Amino acid sequence: MKLVTGIIQPHRLDEVKAALEAAGVHGITVSEASGYGRQRGHTEVYRGAEYTVDLVPKVRVEVLVTAEEAPRVTDAIIGAAQTGKIGDGKVWTVAVEDVVRVRTGEHGPEAL
Amino acid sequence: MAMSEFALDSGNTAWMLTASALVLLMTPGLAFFYGGMVRTKSVLNMMMMSFGALGLVGVIWILWGYSAAFGTQGNAFVGNPFQYFGLVGLTDQNSIMAASGVPALVAVVFQATFAIITVALISGSIADRTKFSAWMVFAGIWLTIVYVPIAHMVWGGGFESPTGWVAQHISAPIDFAGGTVVHINAGAAGLALALLLGVRKGFGKEPMRPHNLPFVMLGAALLWFGWFGFNAGSEFAADGVAGRAWLNTMVATCMAMLTWLATEKIRDGHATSLGAASGVVAGLVAITPAASAVDSFGAIALGGIAGILCALAIGLKYKFGYDDSLDVVGVHLVGGITGTLLIGFFATHHQGAWYPAGAGDGLLYGGGFKQLGAQAVAALIAVTYSFVVTILIGLAIKKTMGLRTSEEVEVSGIDLAIHGETAYETIGSRATMEVNA
Repeated sequence: MKLVTGIIQPHRLDEVKAALEAAGVHGITVSEASGYGRQRGHTEVYRGAEYTVDLVPKVRVEVLVTAEEAPRVTDAIIGAAQTGKIGDGKVWTVAVEDVVRVRTGEHGPEAL
Repeated sequence: MAMSEFALDSGNTAWMLTASALVLLMTPGLAFFYGGMVRTKSVLNMMMMSFGALGLVGVIWILWGYSAAFGTQGNAFVGNPFQYFGLVGLTDQNSIMAASGVPALVAVVFQATFAIITVALISGSIADRTKFSAWMVFAGIWLTIVYVPIAHMVWGGGFESPTGWVAQHISAPIDFAGGTVVHINAGAAGLALALLLGVRKGFGKEPMRPHNLPFVMLGAALLWFGWFGFNAGSEFAADGVAGRAWLNTMVATCMAMLTWLATEKIRDGHATSLGAASGVVAGLVAITPAASAVDSFGAIALGGIAGILCALAIGLKYKFGYDDSLDVVGVHLVGGITGTLLIGFFATHHQGAWYPAGAGDGLLYGGGFKQLGAQAVAALIAVTYSFVVTILIGLAIKKTMGLRTSEEVEVSGIDLAIHGETAYETIGSRATMEVNA
């Protein structure tokens, strides 16, 4: 099993959700995140005092999938999140040892 | 001032009751204006300094404040606090509003609202780091030995009044609604306290972003609304001069907002909402002493100049290294001086404008330098007296009970440490409950 995590631009969330649904994904977890990559932050000015805000708002999308599905899900996120500008984010995949469905106690691929 | 007969004027009285309520609303408005500008961890303390001043000054004013500022037994500098202690012995005939047929108690409440907001204004320079107990002690002493004498000198028949020393030797200083008494006074006191307290940890290095700009704009709106009572009410009557003051309070403020925004746009690249709110207050401050005494063009020019000067003046604290946290100096001291001095250029009787007998037209209206000289003297007296005496009060409190909270309190947040509250719930602040009854 794999965990696919995407850090994306907040305004691309609806497109990414639609693409994941089309790719047959049943459940995702979305959370607000902040950070920066090459994009760095932005500046704000209050009564002439300039503040640099390093951390930029992002959205974190997490999807648990089988190993075979992982590349397709990654492609779906990338296809929907890409605008071609700096700040589009990153997607990565890590191996998952076990998954348990809380309601039933099922383990492994059945719990996905 | 004492009159033999008192004839009630119900129209004027209705207006003055209304104006008093308008001015009282300014202090909670100021609490929002200031509260939005600080960080989440100190918004309650910031608002409480305004509410605390409201409570304390409201009581002191009735006990001895009015008597010492506006009683009839004063010398050139201060009245007798015991003449009308608790308002005993005060009659409609011997109040400052007798001539317009407004009862004495209405005069007392109207003037109370001025005293309250003047004290509250000072708190903007001492954000995030002042012991609440020290603030309350300061507020009571400052009201008594700084506000009251200056109000007496300017409005209570003293040294700077239309019948006082300055009027006899130069020209009567014009301060229609409180450029010297309220704004220069609070601004100079704010500077003195900021210097005594020292800078906040991280001042000029760490970001101290306003946590709620909609609060700041709400506060500016409430201040502006209340200010119509402040300026138009200072006529003590519902008449044409009140209308002139009302109009000037609108148009000078509009112009100050525009010029503040233009200054920012040129200097920083953005016209900001904080700039709009600040420009509004700068315009209101500057037009206050001049509200009755300039025509429409004078009001527009005065507001426009104040917007630019105040927008530039707020940068001084970083240059000179004093932590006037919310720009009491930049807006109230500079705005108050600007308005007070510009009267020397723009004072007139054109277009229904009015100033008291003993004063004269401004430089641009053919009056020469005399009025400007009188305005400069009035401003200088207010700055000097307020600054020096505030330093003395502040030093006395610093040496006895202490002015400033510990660094730990400052970093973790003064709301929780001093008031036992936090303004906003976060996941980390979920609590269990116990009832103390």
